[in-house]
Amino acid sequence: MTGIRSTLLILAAACLAVCASARAESPAVRNCTWCHGSGGQGYSPAPRLAGQRAQYIENQLAGFRSHGRDNPFSKQYMWGAAENLNAGAAHELALYFASLAPRPANDGDADLVATGRTIYQQGMPEENIVACVVCHGPNAEGVGQIPRLGGLGHAYLKRMLEQWGQGYHLNSGPPMPDIASKLSASQIEALAAYLSFIR
Amino acid sequence: MRLHGGLHIALLALLLAAPAHAENASRGSVQAKLSYCKDCHGASAQGFRGYFPIPRLAGQQTEYLENQLRAFIEHRRTNNIMFNVAHTLSPAMVSALAESFHALNPPPIGGAPRGLVEEGRKIFEDGVPDDNIAACAACHGPDATGTGEIPRLAGQLYPYLVKELTNWGKERGQNPSQPDTSAIMSPVAHSLSKSQIEAVAAYVSYLK
Repeated sequence: MTGIRSTLLILAAACLAVCASARAESPAVRNCTWCHGSGGQGYSPAPRLAGQRAQYIENQLAGFRSHGRDNPFSKQYMWGAAENLNAGAAHELALYFASLAPRPANDGDADLVATGRTIYQQGMPEENIVACVVCHGPNAEGVGQIPRLGGLGHAYLKRMLEQWGQGYHLNSGPPMPDIASKLSASQIEALAAYLSFIR
Repeated sequence: MRLHGGLHIALLALLLAAPAHAENASRGSVQAKLSYCKDCHGASAQGFRGYFPIPRLAGQQTEYLENQLRAFIEHRRTNNIMFNVAHTLSPAMVSALAESFHALNPPPIGGAPRGLVEEGRKIFEDGVPDDNIAACAACHGPDATGTGEIPRLAGQLYPYLVKELTNWGKERGQNPSQPDTSAIMSPVAHSLSKSQIEAVAAYVSYLK
């Protein structure tokens, strides 16, 4: 009897803890974290939002509403999700998620990190590939409307880089389609791996 | 991106107009290299505020561009990114790129604090005689478009100008046994105060 009772008590406490943390988020935020993970830390295929540049998040939400961002998952999930978000609500959500401390995904192939670091920090001039660091920063933290890449999931990063090459529009900075189109498959893998570990 | 189609046409026009000495660099490779430069420096080489400010190259004096690329290659001007970029460029490619950038003329991207512009104009046109600082206009021209090896400043990025003037001695002229044209600016950059730098940078950044 005692064993079952204490098990039930533990279960009840656990439920309360989960429900409490869910209740702490506003309904608007919870609409996002259903897919983007508790604390906005990401839940594949939905990327981490925590610690992302507020202006970048706002621009993406606008891109979903305008359908300017047209890659498959955006069309399938985000066009509907952002449909009823007015500019003010988008602004508030962007500020909220930007304020959360990001946790790195740490899910890339560790053997590719060194190659990815070289491409990121130095580029590949002979192949006309620029060094990502110039815009995205020494710690891939981004600035203004240039997104933080550090610690994003490697599958998401890989998908973005591939999709520019495939001609999708990601509501991004002007040079990104040109830059990403020049990357080989193995270079994309290396970059995605390296970035996924950045804290 | 909407600019892309027009960009290809513009590049083709530029290449068809390229001077004789640039013919050594094949047309295809100049086009590819130019596109690579523009990934950072902007679709019309107008510059870009990345994490680091990436300077405007549009309308720049060809001699100045060539001198800077050589300075990067020879480590007389310290910049790891630009060393990596520049050391793969043949002399013919350097010339072709410089000519291409010189021909571009987009509007300045702006963004500098407007309140500093008037003070900046005074420094630019009159110098600061009490501190022995010459008028910038005397060398850079009244419209800041430069000449020969003296660079165009008109429309240059505000944060880039501030960074260059502030770090002049740490970034340029890094080989004391091989003094270069950067030596001329050392006394000026050294004498200007932080607020004077910001003012003159703001002023020229808006010039067309």
